[in-house]
Amino acid sequence: MSDTAINTMGNKAQNAAVNNGPLIAADGTPLKQKLAKTTRAMKTRAFLLTMPLVLFIIISFVIPIGQMLHRGFYNPAVSNVMPSFSVAIKDWDETTGELPSEEIFEIFVKDLALAKKNREVGKTVGNMATRINYELPGSRSLFTKSARKAGKITEGPYKEALFALDKKWDNHNLWRTLKRASNDYTISFFLAALDMKYDEAGNITRADELYRIYVPILMKTLLLSALITLLCFLIAYPVAYLLSTLPLATSNLLMILVLLPFWTSLLVRTSAWIAMLQQQGIINNIFVFLGLIGDESRIQMIYNQTGTVISMVHILLPFMILPLYSVMKTIPPSYMRAAKSMGATNTYAFRRVYFPQTIPGIAAGTLLVFILAIGYYITPALVGGSDGLFISNLIADHIKKTLNWSLGSALAAILLVVVMVFYWMYNRLVGVDKLKFG
Amino acid sequence: MTLTKLLAGTAISLAIASGSTAAFAGDLTVVSWGGAYTKSQVEAYHKPYIAKTGTNIKSEDYNGGIAEIKAQVEAGNVTWDIVDVELSDAIRACDEGLLETIDASTLPAGADGKAATEDFLPGTLYDCAVANIVWSTIFAYDSSKMPNGPKTMADFFDTKAFPGKRGLRKGAKVNLEFALIADGVAAKDVYSVLETPEGVDRAFAKLDTIKGDVVWWEAGAQPPQMLADGEVALTTAYNGRIFNAVAGEGKPFEIVWDGQVWDLDLWVIPKGAKNKDTALDFLAFSTSTEQLAAQASYISYGPARASSSPLVGKFHNKDIDMGPQMPTNPANLTNAVQNNFEFWADNADQLNERFNAWLAK
Repeated sequence: MSDTAINTMGNKAQNAAVNNGPLIAADGTPLKQKLAKTTRAMKTRAFLLTMPLVLFIIISFVIPIGQMLHRGFYNPAVSNVMPSFSVAIKDWDETTGELPSEEIFEIFVKDLALAKKNREVGKTVGNMATRINYELPGSRSLFTKSARKAGKITEGPYKEALFALDKKWDNHNLWRTLKRASNDYTISFFLAALDMKYDEAGNITRADELYRIYVPILMKTLLLSALITLLCFLIAYPVAYLLSTLPLATSNLLMILVLLPFWTSLLVRTSAWIAMLQQQGIINNIFVFLGLIGDESRIQMIYNQTGTVISMVHILLPFMILPLYSVMKTIPPSYMRAAKSMGATNTYAFRRVYFPQTIPGIAAGTLLVFILAIGYYITPALVGGSDGLFISNLIADHIKKTLNWSLGSALAAILLVVVMVFYWMYNRLVGVDKLKFG
Repeated sequence: MTLTKLLAGTAISLAIASGSTAAFAGDLTVVSWGGAYTKSQVEAYHKPYIAKTGTNIKSEDYNGGIAEIKAQVEAGNVTWDIVDVELSDAIRACDEGLLETIDASTLPAGADGKAATEDFLPGTLYDCAVANIVWSTIFAYDSSKMPNGPKTMADFFDTKAFPGKRGLRKGAKVNLEFALIADGVAAKDVYSVLETPEGVDRAFAKLDTIKGDVVWWEAGAQPPQMLADGEVALTTAYNGRIFNAVAGEGKPFEIVWDGQVWDLDLWVIPKGAKNKDTALDFLAFSTSTEQLAAQASYISYGPARASSSPLVGKFHNKDIDMGPQMPTNPANLTNAVQNNFEFWADNADQLNERFNAWLAK
């Protein structure tokens, strides 16, 4: 063996030793660590770049929705207003049929007198009275009136003194409701949102038929949304087909006709429909002018379901056309020609070759339109009249008018769940990965 | 680098934004119902007050309710200084601690020297609210289309004798009262009947008889418009809106006072209002004898002070005596109901729920 050979072998041995140990970077740290360090830095930087979006989503979406869901269950009105009483009443066994004990009455009267002096927002007798009134309609003034006089009751027996103020206090169900409401977490609002309530005996029953409103309106919202989606599909499919097959110059021009309404304010478009459809409106005028209908029998086309459906189909149409168009644009015309050259009829070629390829667009369009329609608010509010209202109008009513935010939240939560269930079903049927929005 | 620039930019724009709100903080924001009603307040309250004190007044419109007040107070960012509300809303907002309390004894004495607490009509001063006007919900028709017009509330529900669409405010309040009066309940018994479940059923049954002919309205400006467009033959409305359409625009509308339900509008100051002291000053000024009387020359709502009544004269630019146009005019009160705020504070939620369920059927 020559020296060089030995040297080579030595180098090999050295190399092997290096290979067995960790790879070393130029500065002496192991390569693996070095790599991890640099990728970590890059990952951190990449993450920091997404931070604005993450924060935005958390602040503007996750927290409000979380709060909304929470509010549907959580209503601390009674424990805020009457801290001692809401603890004391927990010891009362309402199943015995007896009213609470004298001690509980004493705490109640004292708490009521204290609460009367409180003017802090959310901690006044009015807040509690409103809360109880949701479950026992007509009881509001019992609280506010008695609170004014509760300070005068200074010695026992408190139960008799309270009954002397107002004999309505002698009501087992009232105290049962108070006990239930003194719990900060409640399902009362979800029950109300599902047209159910607690009866006199404390059992959950369906609300009186004359007061059932939320479930029927939710059903109507779903039905009308489905109808709107179907109409949108029937109108949009040929339009999108036309747009995708015409020469570019013509289709661009037509595309503007689709997009122009899309860019126009929602309010303007809705108001335009009011002008068109109302009884003294353009369409009725034309019908009367043509002699199709008499001046006395003008058709009611707005402020009802018809008005809601017509204007919402128009407003949501672009959301159907655009995904359909973008999918149809990618289907080479040669496929249809090939099918026909092999003897397929027009219908057959359409059914077996063209239509299946548009399914991702149909899926995206119907999902978009249907989910947008379910939560639609402004159009039904303006043109829905009394029977074209959607569930979101009732939610807005509770947030804006009746101020029953808990019930509004419960309704909104139910709507959210319904939308998620539909999304899930959709995913199972069509597959979300197949969606193409363009 | 870009990030610091961005931050600096944000900081500057924030500073500008907060600076601009600070600049408006001295203006008094007065919130009311819009249309002819706000106009009467601008003429009778705002303009003289600006002339007297130099304070800028920003007038905003809303559609009633206490939701916005509640939202502002709970968020701790109260931008409204003084708000014109209905009685049941004033009571409820006060009960819930959303309003500043107002000491009625600090209000100026009447022009005749009577203390404010004596001068204001009974039931117009509350812990957190001071009434300015008495208004009423009545029904009206177009006399050019109906020469032999309806006379009573029962006529409003009589679709055979008076065919055509009817305008009604969307909600249970007032409609249930009207239905009972039309069904033969005496004005004084309306609320005792409504307090029973049978009474509520009876009112809804009466409303059922015209349900198919009803066009529902929400804003006070709608009914005169619907009447003018011929969209309805008869409509309930706020009396001042109809009067102003007649006096101001020469519309041939006729008011039927039978069965009117009258109510109060009151000034309230949201808790934590930025210009609370100015708002109180404005409140005292606008509810003085002269200003209330002046408002009555712009719209037919009755002043809440006894001492204002003798000063009520003619419509501001026409030879129309305002006295007979007021809801409080004795001839108009023969079969009238005062809105029972307590009944509605107790039952509004439930009855509106039933009303909505009834509507949706």
